[in-house]
Amino acid sequence: MIKNISNLGDAALYCDFGTEVNKEINRNVINYFNNLRDSNFLGITNITPSYNKLVISFDLKLTSFAKLKKQVENLELKKNNNSKNNLIKIPVCCAEEFALDIKRLQKLLKINEAKIYETFFSKNYYCYMTGFIAGMPFLGDMDKSLFAKRLETPRVKVPKNSIGITEQFCNIYTFESPGGWNIIGKTPVDIFDNKKNTEPNLINPGDTISFYPISKLEYENKYE
Amino acid sequence: MKINMNKNYFEVLRPGINSTFQDNGRNNFYHIGIPFSGAMDNRNFILANTISNNEINNPVLEFAYQGPKLKYIGENISINVTGDVNFKIIRKNKNLELSCYENIILENNDCLDILSTNRSVYGYLSIGGTFEVDYYLNSCSTNTKAKIGANSGEKLEKGQIIHLKNIKKILPKNKIEYLNSKIENIRIIKGPHFDYFSKDAIHSFLSDEFNVTKLSDRMGIRLKGPKISNIKNTNIKSEGLVKGVIQITADGDPIIMLSDHGTIGGYPKIGVVISADYDKLVQIPPGSKIKFKEINLKDAETIFKLYEMETQNLISNIK
Repeated sequence: MIKNISNLGDAALYCDFGTEVNKEINRNVINYFNNLRDSNFLGITNITPSYNKLVISFDLKLTSFAKLKKQVENLELKKNNNSKNNLIKIPVCCAEEFALDIKRLQKLLKINEAKIYETFFSKNYYCYMTGFIAGMPFLGDMDKSLFAKRLETPRVKVPKNSIGITEQFCNIYTFESPGGWNIIGKTPVDIFDNKKNTEPNLINPGDTISFYPISKLEYENKYE
Repeated sequence: MKINMNKNYFEVLRPGINSTFQDNGRNNFYHIGIPFSGAMDNRNFILANTISNNEINNPVLEFAYQGPKLKYIGENISINVTGDVNFKIIRKNKNLELSCYENIILENNDCLDILSTNRSVYGYLSIGGTFEVDYYLNSCSTNTKAKIGANSGEKLEKGQIIHLKNIKKILPKNKIEYLNSKIENIRIIKGPHFDYFSKDAIHSFLSDEFNVTKLSDRMGIRLKGPKISNIKNTNIKSEGLVKGVIQITADGDPIIMLSDHGTIGGYPKIGVVISADYDKLVQIPPGSKIKFKEINLKDAETIFKLYEMETQNLISNIK
């Protein structure tokens, strides 16, 4: 449940669900997010879920902090509003030219390449949030044996569709972008499709992701 | 009667530094990483469309510092420019000096040269009609990072053609008397991580001057000044941002989030700029000095109401 609601400036609510990062707290955040999306409260312009916070921005011409705070506090949550949470399968090609940091990870984690991939592909990952850049999913949790620090010097350009891991999280670079996560492969699937005018993002907060390995040949065929 | 849709157009002779099509912005997509975008200076955007007798959310051409040079081909059309902008029309080798906030008639073969914004950043070009632009997720606002919105998500480029439609019969010479006032004091409300910083750091944040650096664009303003030292943690678990949020980086420098900001961030938020000061904040050019002043939520709400009333007064005083 929401522990505290404060104001973030004069046109947003800052809802605090706790300090830890875990699925239980995040499911709570996403449940509020889904319920608020259906609520049609006047003036809401954006709702941003993250690990353990929910930021609700609003149009100050239409409502105010006090009004919206009361509405959120009195919101009747529909239970198990998880119909919007899907299981999505994402193919990953781990060919040498895409797995930019696999050598570094072998040294850092003291595990061989085969074991790293076996461990990575054996788990499903939960989407805590999407954002920073359009469509980028923040997924977790990694197996403890794969917890790795960020690169000391972030890359200026991480190739689009790269799969990166750091600490308990993994993500997919939806655009070419600067970044410091350890890159272990690449998917031929566009996670954010800027040609699609409805639901351009493949992965939403609350979804579950299952990665599976594909060969270079399969990667090339999927790309065509 | 056959209508030639492409009869009226601008040819871009010079694109300017950062010229993009914008409207009121894109709501409800922060959760998938798409920021609000939209015209940076909302008041000048509204005034531009109002003077053109357009729908309030009609696309405008936003420019920064140096604007575009555009050759016009077509029937007579009303245009207006808002902001603090130096521009002229070149008609048959003669220069016509003009003022912002009034409708001007552009004739076939005229060249509109938007030279510069004066001690400010953004200006707006509106036409009595509509720029033919693409829409994406209910808005034409160009976001060059996600490559979405008008012009395939890109800035204007040299040589491109901008098609115009729904050209209005020449409009009355609508005019607003308006002086863009400048501010140096930016009013803020305490952020959720105010207590991450030492007393001295907060004192310094609220009393010293900060320089607006060149690393400022539609995404944010980076400031340099005294280092704001953190006593808790220079990182937080990433969480949602809104425009106007002031984050303090691990280096101790403030960054103010603007309309194209990343939707989530992992630096502590020391404060948030009040809504009423946002339009003026974005107009502060690099090289300027600013100061922050803390006020409470109630005052911020009252100041916003007054700001809105002032905008409505300007609109109702159009002559």
